[in-house]
Amino acid sequence: MKSYDVIDLAVRNLRESIFRNSLTTIGISVGVASLVAMLSLGIGLQQLASRRLQKSGLFDTIVATSRRDLGNFREQRENGPPRAESPALDEPARKKIEQLPGVIEAYPDIRFVTEVRFDDKPHLTMVAGVPLSAKNNDAFEGMQGGFFSSEAAPEVILQKSFAEELLGKIPNRGADNTSIADLAKPLLGKEVTMRYAERSTSPSSTGSGDAAAGAAYSVVPRQQVLKIVGVTDLDPESMRGAARARVFLPLKLAQELHVMQSSDLRDNSFSATPTYSSLSVRVANPNQVPAVEEALKKMGFAAFSIVDATRSMSQFFAVLDVFLGIFGSLALAVASIGIVNTLVMAILERRREIGIMKAVGASDADVRGLFFAEAGAMGLVGGAVGVALGWTIGRLINFGTNIYLGRQHFPPAQIWSVPPWLVLGAIAFSIVVSLFSGLYPAARAARLDPVQALRYE
Amino acid sequence: MKGEIRSMDGAGPNALAVHTENVCRHFQMGEALVRAVDGISIDIHAGEFVALLGASGSGKSSLLNLVAGLDRPTSGAVIVQGNNLAALSRQQLAKYRLHTVGMVFQSFNLIPSMTLLENVELPPRFAEVDRRERAALARQSLDRVGLSGRLAHRPMELSGGEQQRASLARALINRPKLLLADEPTGNLDSRTGAEIMDLIRSFNQSLGMTVLMVTHELALAEKHARRLVYLTDGRLVNDTPNHDTRNPDTRNPDTRNPDMSDHDLPNVSAVASEPRGETK
Repeated sequence: MKSYDVIDLAVRNLRESIFRNSLTTIGISVGVASLVAMLSLGIGLQQLASRRLQKSGLFDTIVATSRRDLGNFREQRENGPPRAESPALDEPARKKIEQLPGVIEAYPDIRFVTEVRFDDKPHLTMVAGVPLSAKNNDAFEGMQGGFFSSEAAPEVILQKSFAEELLGKIPNRGADNTSIADLAKPLLGKEVTMRYAERSTSPSSTGSGDAAAGAAYSVVPRQQVLKIVGVTDLDPESMRGAARARVFLPLKLAQELHVMQSSDLRDNSFSATPTYSSLSVRVANPNQVPAVEEALKKMGFAAFSIVDATRSMSQFFAVLDVFLGIFGSLALAVASIGIVNTLVMAILERRREIGIMKAVGASDADVRGLFFAEAGAMGLVGGAVGVALGWTIGRLINFGTNIYLGRQHFPPAQIWSVPPWLVLGAIAFSIVVSLFSGLYPAARAARLDPVQALRYE
Repeated sequence: MKGEIRSMDGAGPNALAVHTENVCRHFQMGEALVRAVDGISIDIHAGEFVALLGASGSGKSSLLNLVAGLDRPTSGAVIVQGNNLAALSRQQLAKYRLHTVGMVFQSFNLIPSMTLLENVELPPRFAEVDRRERAALARQSLDRVGLSGRLAHRPMELSGGEQQRASLARALINRPKLLLADEPTGNLDSRTGAEIMDLIRSFNQSLGMTVLMVTHELALAEKHARRLVYLTDGRLVNDTPNHDTRNPDTRNPDTRNPDMSDHDLPNVSAVASEPRGETK
């Protein structure tokens, strides 16, 4: 029989017992829908998580530290030079790192805790230097105001929670619905005074290569007036954990101020020249992160990137997707039993018809093909309806979740995603499962003895 | 596969259409062995009209199923046009049923969900005849049995006689050489039955189809068939030419063979003298 004749006959057979076949098809649809809904939520959550990480702007950044600072036993077990031989993370090392392929820039990590006065009230906070290149960082995307006007301008950008603190608002996590624009309005253009401790090298020790001479420096209290140019909502340094900064200075300015940093004490025991506690190494393409990380490790530095964190996250989501997929497929497996049942019932019901077809010349393959086509058609229709249903269920869950998030004063989030491959994959999977379910009934129908079938009344 | 089933084209009027040799069909029914067909040897020539007579359970339908390729013999051979059906694969048997034999049944066996046209179109559909061509063939075939006005009707909307005529149209459509009829008038009143028998006889005569008909109505067989074969308990008990005077084919002294003995072949000159132009 020609394939269009097989399809034609299959469709008319399906239409003949439309009610039962519809129920079976609905069964498949529900199976496919649960599969699609589960997977679309899994994929959506994964995308949400990676979007959040991407927003942090650190996807293309590696934090390089000297192994001297990370003195734990695990480090020693790793390949590479032992701790004592690890090179110092100083200016020549920074230049060398900048020469690595794929690296755009490597800048020192300057951060210190100090006092910032506003309206004559002191506020203790972590301050960090930010390079001008960070302007294009996603982290400053929704910022109010503007970025630093120059590399060393006496300007600051405040993090939202610090802005709230300055204005005397109590930051309330969860129920925080103050808009960033409202916060920025009274602050932009105003000035804050930063009080800090400057580390000034004593003239007697300059030029001396002797390690003990490094200890000779003095700490001078100073203050710097800074203009508030921006307020940012997102946390540009979400990776830092406890060491999060809430006030950002232009990097060059931060360097020129020679603020006493906590790492200075340690560094001096090894080297007289100023070394950096850590460098942020930015690469052109996130794909290059592992290679650059490897190069840094070869140079003797410790390297950490968010890729390390996302790798375990990807693994988690892969496992989650597999689990959601298995639960979704269970419904489809139940539906496939429905197909087997429907087709076996159809054989009993159409026993005589199969006998007639065989008597007038239908081959085993014709009969088998007919039952296969019926299973496949139910799979196709069930798959298509199921995808639509799953899509709707996913949307509803997303909608419901956002209502809940809205009540909790969280921004809405897209926790559901149906990529084209999921649509096509789900329909194809549904057809394959249906055809598989049709194997037994089709074989049984094909082997039916026409004499027996025709005798059957 | 088509080539393996040789057509009867070119076969002379005395060529053997069907030859069975000590054919048996035994069934195991629990402890008992049922010998439905028990060593029947019979030769049927091309163009013959043979009636298989016998009581219920005499094995006539079982023999017909063996010749139809619907069933396989337990032992012995069924040779139709030179092919031993027992040796054919399932697929070859399907091709044989499709191209070489046409069947009509007591219960018509039309597919109730299909219109008459679709029912009749079924064999060419399996033979992969182009859609338009097979619709034309089906119309032609239905026209031949006088049902051209009922193409879109479903079997349930028709009388028994009309259904059997549609079933004849379906048996005819692939132009088989052998028409096998299993009690074709069993569900019909006598007048309608006679119409069906007239149609079958016209196929036998004008199309040169060899007819093997199972019936338990002696009168019907005597009126239409030219050879009567009696079965009892799966065995052939009598094989005789029909001398019935009601039968126009046997009444004519020119077409009768007065010397024909039980197992002799009937005279088929009447068939041979028919114009064969319509046969493929």
